[in-house]
Amino acid sequence: MTSKTEKLQLWLELSELQARYVSALDNDQLEAWTEFFTEDCRYEIIPKENVDAGLPAPVIYCRNRKMLRDRVLSLRHANIFEGHTYRHMTSGLVVTSNDGETITTTSSYIVVITGQNGESNVYQAGRYDDELVRDETGELRYRKKRVVFDTLRVQTLLATPI
Amino acid sequence: MSETVISPPAPIGRAVHFPQADGSRVPYRVFSSQEVYEREQERIYRGPTWNFLGLEAEIPNLNDFKSTFVGDTPVVVTRTADGFACWVNRCAHRGAMVCREKRGNAASHTCVYHQWSYTCEGDLQGVPFRRGQKGQAGMPKSFTTEGNGLHKLRVASYKGLLFASFSDETPPLPEYLGAEMRPWIDRLFHKPVEYLGCTRQYSKSNWKLYLENVKDPYHASLLHLFHTTFNIFRVGMKARSIPDATHGLHSIITATKIEEAGDTAAAYNAQNIRSMDDGFSLEDPELLGQIKEFDELTTNHIQPIFPQLVIQQIHNTLVCRQLLPKGPSNFELVFHFFGYADDTPEMRELRMLQANLVGPAGYISMEDTEATELVQRGTFRDADALSVLDMARDAPEQQETLITENLIRRFWLGYQKLMGY
Repeated sequence: MTSKTEKLQLWLELSELQARYVSALDNDQLEAWTEFFTEDCRYEIIPKENVDAGLPAPVIYCRNRKMLRDRVLSLRHANIFEGHTYRHMTSGLVVTSNDGETITTTSSYIVVITGQNGESNVYQAGRYDDELVRDETGELRYRKKRVVFDTLRVQTLLATPI
Repeated sequence: MSETVISPPAPIGRAVHFPQADGSRVPYRVFSSQEVYEREQERIYRGPTWNFLGLEAEIPNLNDFKSTFVGDTPVVVTRTADGFACWVNRCAHRGAMVCREKRGNAASHTCVYHQWSYTCEGDLQGVPFRRGQKGQAGMPKSFTTEGNGLHKLRVASYKGLLFASFSDETPPLPEYLGAEMRPWIDRLFHKPVEYLGCTRQYSKSNWKLYLENVKDPYHASLLHLFHTTFNIFRVGMKARSIPDATHGLHSIITATKIEEAGDTAAAYNAQNIRSMDDGFSLEDPELLGQIKEFDELTTNHIQPIFPQLVIQQIHNTLVCRQLLPKGPSNFELVFHFFGYADDTPEMRELRMLQANLVGPAGYISMEDTEATELVQRGTFRDADALSVLDMARDAPEQQETLITENLIRRFWLGYQKLMGY
């Protein structure tokens, strides 16, 4: 049985991890972003309407960390898009299950995007459904991250991950 | 992600003039004028065209419905006992939208404002207090439910693709699709499909810029640098760029691998994707594999069916893209993903992996809306200046090439005819 202190300690650890996760995305450290995941991770960005209807079509679907690195490499060298900055605001982080090995959480996010003209807009609102495990050094890593977005109409394109 | 595009005030009475008879010069006015846009709604979307609504597989059960658009008119398409019905989503009473859900199942639809209710076919079935109350007058005696139904559209289905038309003039759907386009639709819709969901992209640019894009094989290897960057050789590709023969508004572009001897069916072709040592390479190239599922090993099949459908097969990813205009300077693109009902789990997984190639974050498609927005922002002030479409202009009959703007020229000729320009 986990004491309240241990629960809060875990929550703080998860919050701190999420803060570093969004900081990597908000500060153009995409290569470091891939490090938050396990090698066998599953990362998905999917509209809420598909999740609600039980349909699988994603916007991005990576089934291992190699695919995350490929995505970053492609963004750096192949794809063409307007330079932009994200600011993630996260809230409502809740641990939904914890069996001592696997932890699942849910949390909300908003991403504000700023393009070349300096105008800032809400780009996405949504939630993270995460599954985490500890690596051999005891660090928490995301084994599954399902980004479920409410803002169904993606404005122009989606380049930088959420 | 880009600047808000402000439409200039419509220059009243300024004629739209295409100065070349072969569609090779296009006045920028057509991309930003409100006047042109209004005319399109009347002459195209309410004119003699069949407008793609969705897949039958999206509404598989009796009374399933889906809200969508014909041009910018909100409509509802629903599966009825006799087939399908489509009606304008506007109460015959005071004009409120009757159906407020995107998808659902309902045998009847009731307007929330005064609870007028309609059958799923669109016929009026109930008006509260029709006979008045407590001896006071209700609706006039002359009022009939027959005369006050929802505005119904013609609906037709071809191989599981649903279309609607406002016009009685529109030829039967198979004829409208035409002899050049039908075999290519038949190719992808030869057995029952299963709907896998949709993704949506919203672009601050004119809908015709997107249609130009899907009729423009010339840009493919120049704007989309994914294959080039990762040195993915696509040797010996056979190309086609075929317009519809009657009006030129539909078209198909294909790129096909010439099969090597001994290449067996149902084998992954990932091994054929080679990367040079001096370039970048993918750590996990499996999403570029292709399981052979059609007679011809076509890697790309891009087929716009005017005005609001683009059928796509890229490797094993299958999509109906629905193109919806939202004013002169905006469009929404809905990517409806599908597979076949008899897909193996491996095939289904590959289709989802390859969803990474297309859609709003697609490795080989995300740049398209970036490009159309650049054109929108570049052209809106100079409505009389002209787009130049000269690639392969001297060889309009040439179809076995990707380096051509012939399909775009043919499109503009068909557009001019429909619009009376």
